[in-house]
Amino acid sequence: MKEKIADLEEKARRLRVAIVKTLHKSQSGHTGGSLSAIDMVCALYFHKMRHNPADPAWEGRDRFVLSKGHAAPALYVTLAECGYFPAEDLMMLRRLGSHLQGHPDSKGTPGVDVCTGSLGQGLSMANGMALGLKLDGKENRVYAVLGDGELQEGQIWEAAMAASHYKSDNLCALIDSNGLQIDGDVSKVMNVSSISDKFKAFGWNVIEIDGHDMGEIVAALDQAEAHKGAPTAIVAKTVKGKGVHLFENKASYHGVTPNDDELPEALRCLGCCD
Amino acid sequence: MIATRDAYGEALAELGGENDKIVVLDADLSGSTKTGVFAKKFPNRFFNMGIAEANMVGTAAGLAAVGKVPFLSTFAIFAAGRGWEQIRQSVAYPKANVKIVATHGGVTVGEDGGSHQSVEDVAIMRAIPNMTVIVPADGEETKGAIRAVAAYKGPVYVRLGRNKVPSVFPAGHKFEIGKGVVVVPGTDLTFITTGLMTAAAVTAAEKLKAEGISARVLHIGTIKPLDKELVLQAAEETGAIVTAEEHSVVGGLGGAVAEFLAETCPTLMKRVGVYDRFGTSGKSDELLKYFGLNAETLIEEAREIVSRKK
Repeated sequence: MKEKIADLEEKARRLRVAIVKTLHKSQSGHTGGSLSAIDMVCALYFHKMRHNPADPAWEGRDRFVLSKGHAAPALYVTLAECGYFPAEDLMMLRRLGSHLQGHPDSKGTPGVDVCTGSLGQGLSMANGMALGLKLDGKENRVYAVLGDGELQEGQIWEAAMAASHYKSDNLCALIDSNGLQIDGDVSKVMNVSSISDKFKAFGWNVIEIDGHDMGEIVAALDQAEAHKGAPTAIVAKTVKGKGVHLFENKASYHGVTPNDDELPEALRCLGCCD
Repeated sequence: MIATRDAYGEALAELGGENDKIVVLDADLSGSTKTGVFAKKFPNRFFNMGIAEANMVGTAAGLAAVGKVPFLSTFAIFAAGRGWEQIRQSVAYPKANVKIVATHGGVTVGEDGGSHQSVEDVAIMRAIPNMTVIVPADGEETKGAIRAVAAYKGPVYVRLGRNKVPSVFPAGHKFEIGKGVVVVPGTDLTFITTGLMTAAAVTAAEKLKAEGISARVLHIGTIKPLDKELVLQAAEETGAIVTAEEHSVVGGLGGAVAEFLAETCPTLMKRVGVYDRFGTSGKSDELLKYFGLNAETLIEEAREIVSRKK
């Protein structure tokens, strides 16, 4: 297991490098929230989820919804690493004619099942998928990554209510709680704490973790799968811009990309020599 | 006479037996929208989402993403109004196979008043790319439309009414998405109508006949995509168009016809509908009269437009 965790940590480091390079190239996109969510996305795709890059529409696959759709680079580098499409495609992020849209788009990107980006809608779709899979008697699970600022949207709580009402225990929401949103601290813009208490009040199984501790992420995902009768929320404390001190804990890096001056230092922080 | 929502309930229950991929969602109005008929027959495929329309739309999109054919229903004002952005982002943008069947459209909702009278839903839905918009004339056409919609792959908005409406089509009428129907032939002008206004136009055409005015009635069951062929033919052959709908004249059928003809065959035109205002409380028949949504208005407009032709 220790080896497995170390593998995932190394994978996540490489994905961070890919995020930084991709965003530097595109000069448009969201750095902070991609780096805060990547450890969880990495654990899902390389440890937990059943999926088949050679057959993106494979019926037996688990489903993934990136509800905080602006973290699309985190998803794209992961899908590329899995082999859903060539890594070169990443360099076309947000370009006219590219299949890598600014926010996840199911129409063009292999491995993307739903369109997200308008915040607050992903959990509803994830629960819809969970209900449909259950109706068919399938064991497949649905994972959704949400932002903490996103929880300010009322639809999230409509979905939380419905998932609990319908006992969607094949649904797991991972809250990337980095504490920052565009206008500043989530607690100051519109306080959503306590996230755990809220999900508990809505009838969810709640697990609190450090969202950058691969061991804790993996353990939480295993616990979520084992829990029956209610959906699980993994409330993950994270750091916006994690891994690159230039970007860490800075709301200003929400929708800002690394510039030419920052790139070498960012890559150095990530242990990248090339 | 049957309400289009009643026909919807019957059609859903029938289709549910033929296609087990069909699932139905409602937002606490299953008795009024008639989805309750389906719920009784197929309880495990019915999801009451409570009074939470935005989540209902997103949930339907998720169900479609795993291969289901979701029909979701609530009143038109809540479906197209509260659910607009969710419909745009989660349904229309990905071309999700979600069927939005909104009931209680238009002013005939009646006594609940302007807050509940949706006179802009067709315009809102028509403005969204990938969306097909259907407004059946009667119960028979509704049954055909629901069958066609279930077989069609992609997002659809169907607008139904609350009250019983006169029959226009015979039993077994086949509905084709995107196809208009010439209900009454005529040469002096064409009534291009949708929803319950088609029956009013048929009455108006009969009365105009006695005055020596030959009015064609072209029923448009699918507002989007518009049957451009039949609309153009009507413009070219009769030279005068009166549109009529239980909806705002902004952005609905009248808007669609005007936009199309302005660019292809500028034609004398009048639009009958609600003129940029909200509804108000009252009985359905009183309201139709109050807003001029009846055969009398159509007759007046027909006389006027025919006189302008000369």
